[in-house]
Amino acid sequence: MAQYILRRTLFAIPTLMVISLIIFAILDLAPGDPTSQLPLTLPAEVRENIRESLGFNDPFLIQWLKWMRLMFINEPLHAIESVFNVCFGDCAARDRIISWSSRAPAIDIMFQRLPQTLWVLGLAFILGIIIAIPVGVLSAYKQYSLFDNVGTLGTMVGFSAPTFFTGLLAIVIFSVTLGWFPSFYDSTLVVNSWSSFLAHLKQMAMPVAVLTLFNTAALSRFTRASVLDNLNDDYVRTARAKGLGEGRVVLTHVLRNSLIPVVTLIALQVPGIFGGAIITEQIFRINGIGALLITAIGQSDVPMVQTLTFIFAVLIVVFNLLADITYGVLDPRIRYD
Amino acid sequence: MKRWQWLSLFAAFALFIAACATGTTETTADGGTATTADGAATTAAPTDTTGAAPTGEAGQGGDFLAFQWQGPSQVNAYLSTGTKDLLAGSLVLEPLAEWSPGGELVPALAAEIPTQENGGIAEDYSSITWTLKEGLLWSDGTPVTADDVVFSWEYCSNAETGCVADFSTVESVVADDETHATINFTTPQPFPFIHFVSYTYPVIQRAQFADCVGAAANACTEQNFSPVGTGPYVVTNLVPEDVVSYEMNPNYRGIPEGKPFFGTVTIEGGGDAESTARSVLEIGEGDYAWNLQVAPEIIAPMEAAGNGVVQVAFTSNVEHINLNQTDPADDGNRSDYAGGSNPNPVFFNNPDLARALSMAINREELVAVGYGPSGIPTCNIWPSEPAVSTNMDWCLTQDIEGANALLDEIGAVDSDGDGVREWNGIPLEFDYVTSTNAVRQSNQALIESYWAEIGVVANMRNEDAGLFFDGTAASDASIWKFFTDIQMFTNGSTSPDPQGYMVQYTIEQIPESTNNYAGGNIPRYASEEYDAVFAELEATSLEDPARNELVIQLNDLVVGDGAIIPLIHRGNVSAFANSIQGVGDLNGWDSEYWNIEEWTRS
Repeated sequence: MAQYILRRTLFAIPTLMVISLIIFAILDLAPGDPTSQLPLTLPAEVRENIRESLGFNDPFLIQWLKWMRLMFINEPLHAIESVFNVCFGDCAARDRIISWSSRAPAIDIMFQRLPQTLWVLGLAFILGIIIAIPVGVLSAYKQYSLFDNVGTLGTMVGFSAPTFFTGLLAIVIFSVTLGWFPSFYDSTLVVNSWSSFLAHLKQMAMPVAVLTLFNTAALSRFTRASVLDNLNDDYVRTARAKGLGEGRVVLTHVLRNSLIPVVTLIALQVPGIFGGAIITEQIFRINGIGALLITAIGQSDVPMVQTLTFIFAVLIVVFNLLADITYGVLDPRIRYD
Repeated sequence: MKRWQWLSLFAAFALFIAACATGTTETTADGGTATTADGAATTAAPTDTTGAAPTGEAGQGGDFLAFQWQGPSQVNAYLSTGTKDLLAGSLVLEPLAEWSPGGELVPALAAEIPTQENGGIAEDYSSITWTLKEGLLWSDGTPVTADDVVFSWEYCSNAETGCVADFSTVESVVADDETHATINFTTPQPFPFIHFVSYTYPVIQRAQFADCVGAAANACTEQNFSPVGTGPYVVTNLVPEDVVSYEMNPNYRGIPEGKPFFGTVTIEGGGDAESTARSVLEIGEGDYAWNLQVAPEIIAPMEAAGNGVVQVAFTSNVEHINLNQTDPADDGNRSDYAGGSNPNPVFFNNPDLARALSMAINREELVAVGYGPSGIPTCNIWPSEPAVSTNMDWCLTQDIEGANALLDEIGAVDSDGDGVREWNGIPLEFDYVTSTNAVRQSNQALIESYWAEIGVVANMRNEDAGLFFDGTAASDASIWKFFTDIQMFTNGSTSPDPQGYMVQYTIEQIPESTNNYAGGNIPRYASEEYDAVFAELEATSLEDPARNELVIQLNDLVVGDGAIIPLIHRGNVSAFANSIQGVGDLNGWDSEYWNIEEWTRS
């Protein structure tokens, strides 16, 4: 097992380098101008100076190699230094990946944006799992019952209604008409009292509810299908014939076997939590990772886009690995060594 | 696999999530200011409701919550990527003088506005000397000196800084003594109020930025996020494109007079124009929302909810159509002026055709559909008083019959009976491009239908704004390359004086492949007469009433010669909560926060 993990990890390194080169190539091919939002009356020489100072005019390979050096040497060194409060060499003057729009280190900006994304998407994700799995199992166990039909309807509505519709609907009802919740997310809110905790719950309520509805819908359909497949298997009949109670049959044997594909789905969705929900964040004005990526693209902030997409790539590779390991845990027949 | 392995895997995952969450709480915890989610509802101390100048102690008014859907990236104006950053910076950094909403100069750090009478402006307009107010302090308590003005120029004129401001006409900036700074120009400048005037040219502190000149500018995150300033506020926390928190500058010169009223200011970024308009106008959860270019049928009902008012500031922004005077056909010198050797077969020197196209347009309808109170029909490329031409006002009334008659008269007739007129055998069918934007597309569709009535076909196209306004050589869709027949967009002057804007229709300013598409003469308008009148304008002093006449002449030339069809004089739109007092007119020539120290809550 350990050998397998090591092999996979080592293999991930060239994969990630190729990914970063591809991202860079795509960004380089795409047109874009970091000065496109400045007044039209600004002279061309001034624009050219700005681009030159940002390194926009460097050849593609030079830009990529510079970025690689910063991403794989300087940024890890800086991370180690700031975590352990130490200093290697000339740490104050060490270059970092600088966003073109804010002239601040891209990684720092990303970490500033992470809390709101994790709070909202993480909570919606966890709530989604907590609701979806019991609903899916029960729907399958009592197939075509009233519960199953109502559940099917509910999940179909949740799955079909896009978040840009349910989100706006929620704002119109709960912010405009009832005035219960704010229509934007205040990331400076510090939870240090009951009232600020309540304010935090209020600002998370609508986006979490909307995203939970969406997550639950997909996941519970998936769970239901998987449980249905297993319920008709021979081992279930054997278990019942042996006189096991329905509870043990369903919750121990069927559920565990049904979870294998569900866990894959969940594991592969985790990188998405860090990636942010671009549309939902835009609607509820949560300035999370998704909003950061979209703004960076709009401003042709190449270092920011490059860094974010690369980190998403890392997360996807890591969680694919985790999903594979989890298979082995859930199904002892799967062995990697 | 054993159960404990299964559990430990989940535990590891939970720890990972928890580690991320705790690591980031710290970053927000040092935010400092006590902002609540519903800022508008936070109670302000009961104050004078007469709307007069603020009384009582400075900073008594609690938090002012502003929404800028394009959140500020940093607050150093010289490195800004757009108005969003300039605005956020204007609360902290100040220029020597500001523009008022009416286009008048108001001293900020300067004691008075230099003129030739008070000796501030040299007889030959070769230099201008500014005098600083007495006793000015930076927010760190050190005195502001003329040397800081000199430094601001040194910082920005270093090409490697990548500064957004244009100091190309400045030879040098010299500190005569502690309070006097002289700007020497390379050529005489009858209008010398560009540098260190308005929020695009603030004064920064030498002590803080000394190590940030040139290539080092990019690494000065702390300086760019929280500059030492002279304005009413200082930045306490800035998360790029998310939120900026300010608190009162303890050394602000207005404090003895009880200014500013608000103790803290929060600028929230994110969302779009519509959602921030809803926050202030309909929900009432904020005090101010910026840049609300939203269709009138959406914003009018929001305003009717009664929580706030929409304010419009008209400057010189004009939505206009450019008729390409050069040939966009792909034959080696696409849309190049090439010394006049590549004229457009239809539009070049064809004022009557342009006039007919202009006459066919119903500008009132364009405004009603797309702009509402934020647009006024116009026939001028320079629409601001006191130099507004009335000679082109024939365009204000739509005249399809007249346009048809004019086209018949000049020989642009439909000879082959396909419903499309021809000019010298070339069918009048054009590509008509603008940026992707709901308002622009609705106006495009209307104009297409007007022109259909006079036998002219416009093929609508739209390009993503990022590509359309892309000044690099990469985008063939850019307005500077103009590889098409007709382009529509808005442009306007950043200063109330027209000279810096009207220069862009001179021959020298024509963008083409040989100058790497540098220059603002997008329609490639080439007129010796225009250049001669412009040279006269450059040599005419500001006090001379003939200056306005010359601007009107320039306007009539570029419009009358058929290079440009002006459509709509566009205003900046913002919204204020009803409780906010003392704003006065919205400022279009300078920062909308230019007088934030006067703002109070009733």
